[in-house]
Amino acid sequence: MTKKAKKKRISGIEIIAYLVVTLAALCCIVPFLYIISVSLTAQEVYVPFEFRLFPKKLSLENYAYVLKNDAFVTALLNTVFITLVGTFLCISVTFTYAYALTKKDMPGYKFMISMVIASMLFNPGIVSQFLTVKGFGLLNSRWALIIPVLSSYYYVILAKTSIAGIPADLEEAARIDGANDLTIFFRIILPLSKAVLATLVLFLAVYHWNVYFNSVVYINDSKLRTLQVYVKTLIIDNAVDSIDVEKVPSELIRYATVVLAMLPIVVVYPFLQKHFVKGVMVGSVKG
Amino acid sequence: MSSLRKRIYRYRYVYLLALPGTLYFLCFKIFPMWGVVLSFEKFKVSKGVFGSEWVWFQNYINFFRNRNFLQMLRNTLAISSINLFLGFPLPIILAILLNEIRNQKYKKAVQTLVYLPHFMSWVVIAGLTFFLFSVDIGVVNKLLVAAGREKVSFLTDPKLFWWILFGQSTWRELGWGSIVYLAAISQIDQTLYEAAEVDGASKWRQILHVTLPGIMPTVVVMFIMRLGTVLDTGIEQLMLMSNTFVSDVAQTFDLYAYQQGIQQGNYSVSVTVSVCKGLVGLVLVVLSNRAIKKTGNEGMF
Repeated sequence: MTKKAKKKRISGIEIIAYLVVTLAALCCIVPFLYIISVSLTAQEVYVPFEFRLFPKKLSLENYAYVLKNDAFVTALLNTVFITLVGTFLCISVTFTYAYALTKKDMPGYKFMISMVIASMLFNPGIVSQFLTVKGFGLLNSRWALIIPVLSSYYYVILAKTSIAGIPADLEEAARIDGANDLTIFFRIILPLSKAVLATLVLFLAVYHWNVYFNSVVYINDSKLRTLQVYVKTLIIDNAVDSIDVEKVPSELIRYATVVLAMLPIVVVYPFLQKHFVKGVMVGSVKG
Repeated sequence: MSSLRKRIYRYRYVYLLALPGTLYFLCFKIFPMWGVVLSFEKFKVSKGVFGSEWVWFQNYINFFRNRNFLQMLRNTLAISSINLFLGFPLPIILAILLNEIRNQKYKKAVQTLVYLPHFMSWVVIAGLTFFLFSVDIGVVNKLLVAAGREKVSFLTDPKLFWWILFGQSTWRELGWGSIVYLAAISQIDQTLYEAAEVDGASKWRQILHVTLPGIMPTVVVMFIMRLGTVLDTGIEQLMLMSNTFVSDVAQTFDLYAYQQGIQQGNYSVSVTVSVCKGLVGLVLVVLSNRAIKKTGNEGMF
């Protein structure tokens, strides 16, 4: 058999590969397709305990209903604020700190890197964190979801690894031309870290958009509720006990709400895919 | 001395840049560690840290003597070991199979779809789980009823609870976990495959004798890193999925620390649990870092 003929033949493994990866992809996407399909069902054709893959009649009325709801809009706006401001501040704090950590002969370097490692090694727990946030007077404020999570050892190490990969000659050349560290950071380091910046922006935006635990712990005021907390009270608090079914908005409203809660991520994510694959590799231990 | 001052002056702008990060790590990562003190007290908010009764190790003794201690240990270890031992090989298998797909466009499309669940919040995942498995609106139960069968209460059955969690975690992390292995596979020297082919090795044998040995170092490192987090159970996932019917199998250290500390205000009890967990985590991370360095890799610190 010539080499060409061999290449063309589909092996048993390849058939199994196609079957398995297709199955995996379907498992990942079918739940989404199903709830999107149900959320588009017109209320008049909806029958509670009947299974349908595609609605009899399409309608956007469920979405209109959700978007008209003040509580939903408030939660949405809170989350948009936290996502934009939180992501921007977190990127700023993380990158500036990571840049400083590439200066090993700077007095104080040991202290700065020690804090990062200590935070990785020991987590004093939720109450210590809670009392700290309370002590700074951040409870029941949007800032409680931004300031306590301004950085983390994982993000710092990701950024530091990327900055350390930029050739030192570039910095030296700029310094000879009279540039100071501020200029070097903004003109050289940041523009050359685009891939990791994009990865971090994606991770952080997703993190802030999805914040749930912190907002349960730090926020009581329903006007400051985030989207995930709103979605949780709507869907899950009513899903376990079926007695209350009459009182809650219909099943269709719940589906539409979940779709809206994940929509921004689904829309933005494909565009950033090629970046984050690179970013994940920078951050992981080299095998 | 003057040379130190000179060096400090030379880095003045770097200090300026590092200032926000330094303040952040000091205030929100290092400062909270004093909270450990509360675990040696019978802390009352009204009396403050310095006025509360000092009880030495009483909180720790109470914690280990707690009649639910063994149950929490069992649940924590069960939930994380199911993920560790059953969940660990799955992304590796997916990566190997993805690598066998020769149609690049199809491969890309599959990758896009399997990475997506990683970006979903636990609230959305819990929502999807309810839409699929709950008794009142779950699709699976709709299908069962349509087929003339009895409804099954998947989400309130203690026997199924750990497996529901495992299913959710696998769904979320399967594709994401495969990225590292795909990258490792792409590093394998292509001439090894060509040589194997010349020797008449089948695809299956190539996977066994070229691909697997090629990614083994990555597999070992990933496994060691996962071992370091064996006491971690996803707090959001547990908060969302646990209910009164399954509380016996859902109570883990993380959940207990949250309930005692945040919901009931027993700060000392909660800090005690966190400190015990933190210390075990510390030992595990240091050990796994040492093990990773032993395998000839760069450690985490």
